[in-house]
Amino acid sequence: MIRPNAAVLLEVRDLDAAIGGRAILKGVNLTVRAGEVHAIMGPNGSGKSTLVKILAGHPAYAASGGSVRYRGEDLLVMAPEARAQAGLFLGFQYPVEIPGVSNAQFLRLAFNSVRSARGEDELDPLEFDDLVREKLQVVAMDPSFLERNVNEGFSGGEKKRNEILQMALLEPIVALLDETDSGLDIDALRVVANGVNALSAPDKAIVLVTHYQRLLDYIVPDYVHVMEGGQIIKTGGRELALELEARGYDWVRVEYEHARAVA
Amino acid sequence: MSAVLNDLVNRPYEAGFVTAIESETAPRGLSEDIIRLISAKKKEPGWLLEFRLSAYRHWLTMQEPKWANVHYPQIDFQDIIYYAAPKPKKLKTMEEVDPELLRTFDKLGVPMNERAALAGVAVDVIFDSVSVATTYKKKLAEVGIVFCSMSEAVANHPELVRAYLGSVVPSSDNYYAALNSAVFTDGSFCYIPKGVKCPMDLSTYFRINTQDSGQFERTLIVAEEGASVSYLEGCTAPKFDTNQLHAAVVELVALDDADIKYSTVQNWYAGDEQGRGGIFNFVTKRGLCKGANAKISWTQVETGSAITWKYPSCVLLGEGSIGEFYSVALTNNLQQADTGTKMIHLGRNTRSRIVSKGISAGRSNNSYRGLVKVAPKADDARNYSQCDSMLIGSNCGANTFPYIQVRNPTAKVEHEATTSKIGEDQLFYFASRGVGAEEAVSMIINGFCKDVFQQLPMEFAVEATKLLGLKLEGSVG
Repeated sequence: MIRPNAAVLLEVRDLDAAIGGRAILKGVNLTVRAGEVHAIMGPNGSGKSTLVKILAGHPAYAASGGSVRYRGEDLLVMAPEARAQAGLFLGFQYPVEIPGVSNAQFLRLAFNSVRSARGEDELDPLEFDDLVREKLQVVAMDPSFLERNVNEGFSGGEKKRNEILQMALLEPIVALLDETDSGLDIDALRVVANGVNALSAPDKAIVLVTHYQRLLDYIVPDYVHVMEGGQIIKTGGRELALELEARGYDWVRVEYEHARAVA
Repeated sequence: MSAVLNDLVNRPYEAGFVTAIESETAPRGLSEDIIRLISAKKKEPGWLLEFRLSAYRHWLTMQEPKWANVHYPQIDFQDIIYYAAPKPKKLKTMEEVDPELLRTFDKLGVPMNERAALAGVAVDVIFDSVSVATTYKKKLAEVGIVFCSMSEAVANHPELVRAYLGSVVPSSDNYYAALNSAVFTDGSFCYIPKGVKCPMDLSTYFRINTQDSGQFERTLIVAEEGASVSYLEGCTAPKFDTNQLHAAVVELVALDDADIKYSTVQNWYAGDEQGRGGIFNFVTKRGLCKGANAKISWTQVETGSAITWKYPSCVLLGEGSIGEFYSVALTNNLQQADTGTKMIHLGRNTRSRIVSKGISAGRSNNSYRGLVKVAPKADDARNYSQCDSMLIGSNCGANTFPYIQVRNPTAKVEHEATTSKIGEDQLFYFASRGVGAEEAVSMIINGFCKDVFQQLPMEFAVEATKLLGLKLEGSVG
């Protein structure tokens, strides 16, 4: 939902990043306002995943230039857990397994960490159990998931659902979903997409990173960005995704280079 | 590995203070004269002096074991003080105990006096080499239980001590057991008569105080037919730049249908980040399931010591007897641990279970070494072993050395092992959910150790959980 006067939640300006001396991001610009759904598309290695990892604060990635403001604050100086506590969420492409820790324990610790950082009361295990069972319905998950160790032995689809379950619990203001559709069959894709849609709201925003347009059949973006060579080289509406699906990415690059040459 | 992991592991040692108490020490070094001196100081009967001297003579013929996966400079056994005692004083009540000593125990959190009463724990406190206070002795005596220091047991129950001392760990068993047999100064003695279930957990806190003093305590627990007891042992030592040797021997004897549960939380000083100082913990612990359907269960949480060399074992002689070993061993900085167990199946239908969890952080090295042996007559013996290792950071090591010797075709022996690592990605996953590194590591470690922690008595489990958190603080990030 595009509303020109909606609050700016995330503002990325001229963001640069390098890993091992190789530039991965070269001046990324992106403005996300409340209520919007953004899709970032692009070929492998274009820098999409790096962008969301930097936004979430992954210690192996660091910005080398530019700025990111999250609800007016300098995001890049915040510790990753502080970013999460402030309402930023990253749905992982490859969620890690945590042996020996039950999903229920993990979810409650995460939930209470975010709650207490916001000055709200923590929930005890019984209260939390009621809440989490309600949230399980968002992603059509069985309560037996709670007893299993975090992501251990989960199928690809189960891991992605578990990510959306966490999103449902933490109620983020800006959710960055990194390839949430990868490895999902069509039924799982629908479940995950429905979950995401159920969580979108006028005061929140979602940034989807995806390779394929098929996710966008279920989650309708307000903006589609094409990322290539560490930059956003084209931004359009939903129809851009369809065009990319039909024509691939090469034409966007040709067009972009042509425009640069003219300028 | 990031700074957070490092910070988490490098927390100062909280029990590292020295108590200013005058102690009476023997001159450095070891000889028959020193052994005679120890024996005389303790007013021991002749048979015990003979036990010591024969152990010493055997020790002189032995070589230090070199097979363990640990490395340390040559120990100068002539540079150790073999006897150190606080200045002798007759103590009738707890009020007479040196207040400095009580403050020490206070700092250590030893439950004594009312605290002991509240906790329902009877504590036999060992300070350097002499037992200074034994609580609850009377209450235990009412049901016929003897719980006292080894010295008192020698004086008051010589026949029991003589019958069982060295019966499980012979004085010639190994280099350090022989040394201990020659010079042991004190320890705990516990005797549970036939049919008696010990009404409370028994507990000993050991503490090494004098610099350069070796501590050689000797513990003997005997449970007669149908008796049962749960024994808790906690260990700390102050910080010194030099290494101290701790070579204890623990012997357990369980007769028919008896049940002994022995739990240890070991937090001896581990040395600093450069590996200076710390305890050499070379301990022999062994239990004998002598009777049918006897059960001995070892649970240990090993977090301290510069070097740990320790294999609490069970000899399953009685038909249908059961041995268990539950272990969490954590090493950090330059600590080295080579620990595990031996399950010796001699009788028919014997069962054993091994659950070992090794956690390595810093530049430490942590090895599990275990033997499962099934003798020809041990029909239908069963063993299940599970050995899991967890690495924190990239500069530590974990090894598993399982030895399985089966000489009976009806035996069934299972061994499972896993290795996992707390890495940046796991910590980032927690962080991205609003959870900081310390809480994340604590949750991962507790999850990893839960099969062992649930074997500990409640208050020990809580302590162990906290202790692991402290030891790892600063190691993650």
